[in-house]
Amino acid sequence: MSGVSVTEGAKDAAPAADSLVVLSNVNKHFGALHVLQDIDLSIARGEVVVVIGPSGSGKSTLCRTINRLETIDSGTITIDGKELPAEGKDLARLRADVGMVFQSFNLFAHKTVLENVVLGQVKVRKADRAAAEQKARALLDRVGVGSQADKYPAQLSGGQQQRVAIARALAMDPKVMLFDEPTSALDPEMINEVLEVMQQLAGEGMTMVVVTHEMGFARSAANRVVFMADGKIVEEAAPEQFFSNPRSDRAKDFLSKILHH
Amino acid sequence: MFDFLDSGQYDLLGAFWVTVQLTLYSAVGSLIWGTVLAGMRVSPVPLMRAFGTAYVNVVRNIPLTVLIIACSLGLNQTLGFALGGDNFKEIGFRLAVLGLVAYTGTFVCEALRSGINTVPVGQAEAARALGLSFFQVLTLIVLPQAFRAVIAPLANVLIALTKNTTVAAAIGVAEASLLMKEMIENEADALFAVFGVIALGFVLLTLPTGLLLGWVAKRVAVKR
Repeated sequence: MSGVSVTEGAKDAAPAADSLVVLSNVNKHFGALHVLQDIDLSIARGEVVVVIGPSGSGKSTLCRTINRLETIDSGTITIDGKELPAEGKDLARLRADVGMVFQSFNLFAHKTVLENVVLGQVKVRKADRAAAEQKARALLDRVGVGSQADKYPAQLSGGQQQRVAIARALAMDPKVMLFDEPTSALDPEMINEVLEVMQQLAGEGMTMVVVTHEMGFARSAANRVVFMADGKIVEEAAPEQFFSNPRSDRAKDFLSKILHH
Repeated sequence: MFDFLDSGQYDLLGAFWVTVQLTLYSAVGSLIWGTVLAGMRVSPVPLMRAFGTAYVNVVRNIPLTVLIIACSLGLNQTLGFALGGDNFKEIGFRLAVLGLVAYTGTFVCEALRSGINTVPVGQAEAARALGLSFFQVLTLIVLPQAFRAVIAPLANVLIALTKNTTVAAAIGVAEASLLMKEMIENEADALFAVFGVIALGFVLLTLPTGLLLGWVAKRVAVKR
């Protein structure tokens, strides 16, 4: 769909055997709606998992439970062997290790781009301010918005804002990055600049969970595709296998609707 | 007609200076107290939320006169609190500030809470996702944006506070309206001039406040 160039080594980076994020038997309800049903999923260190599925299938909710922006009703989620704390300082500490990129960017509107990337380092990691700024500038350069450092988020395009959001998350040196539909709010011409940054990250061995509708990205960057429908994981497979030969009828139906053009 | 001003009998500037001091101390106090109350009302701790809600709903519905007289007769004369003041003048002033802060804080709290509602929920989510604590999310991300959104309504609260300081006359604080009462008694023939002078004094205090804060509100507005 989108003509993203494959970063070399993206797929060759074989996932290590140990699991970084493990969800087991996770259930969640929104009122009467059983939005996550007995979810079992484990994500290996360095693995890129792309979660796809129709709207309302629970994929965003799944992504948000991993750093407990959504609570779960039952089951367990562990990150790097530690179970997610319910609240308080322990939870905050764990969240610092989990980077999150949102559909609507959510850059702090009253702070400059640079401040957005510095804030977490200084306030959570207790980093030295000068060092934090240096690191922030390096990260902003890396995602291609270094020249915008002193502007406010509202002065940037959507694609630029989302790249800043990625830099903000990376500044915390996260163990895993969660992407909740990172390109869904972008104009088509800005999608690629964000996907390229994500490709690059995947190529560098970052553990990533990506909820997306970008099938091109799923094909080229994912180690594994997880297909969700109606609150359940219907199918998990390598991207090649999933896109060329889906096993379940639900996935066949979904792919026939989106891949026909 | 305005001869009474030249008689040297009335310290008009001094009286308005007391009004200004009452306003400033009460404004700072109610800004702090209102922020604390707003923090309580959005906190995840049920007990704090309950206290914040109960306090606001009780205190903002009590007439200010009742509060201030209760501070004087109840707190001071019955229970003996002097708030560190040495003489009648000092104690009265401090009690009046206490009453004004207790009362105005509720309005600051509610203005701020409406400001908090203008901050998109994603701002707080992004802050939590970085690992910031509830207190940090509130003080670093949510409140700074909320304050910028409510400067205009806070200007209203400040103007109302300026005029509400006249209630302190009820416990003998020598501010502008107490002087007005004295002038009315002595200068009955210049009644309208007395009203005019006092009214003008208040307008001179509140008009620039409104204009200045209106300008500030525009300058610091958060662009989304």
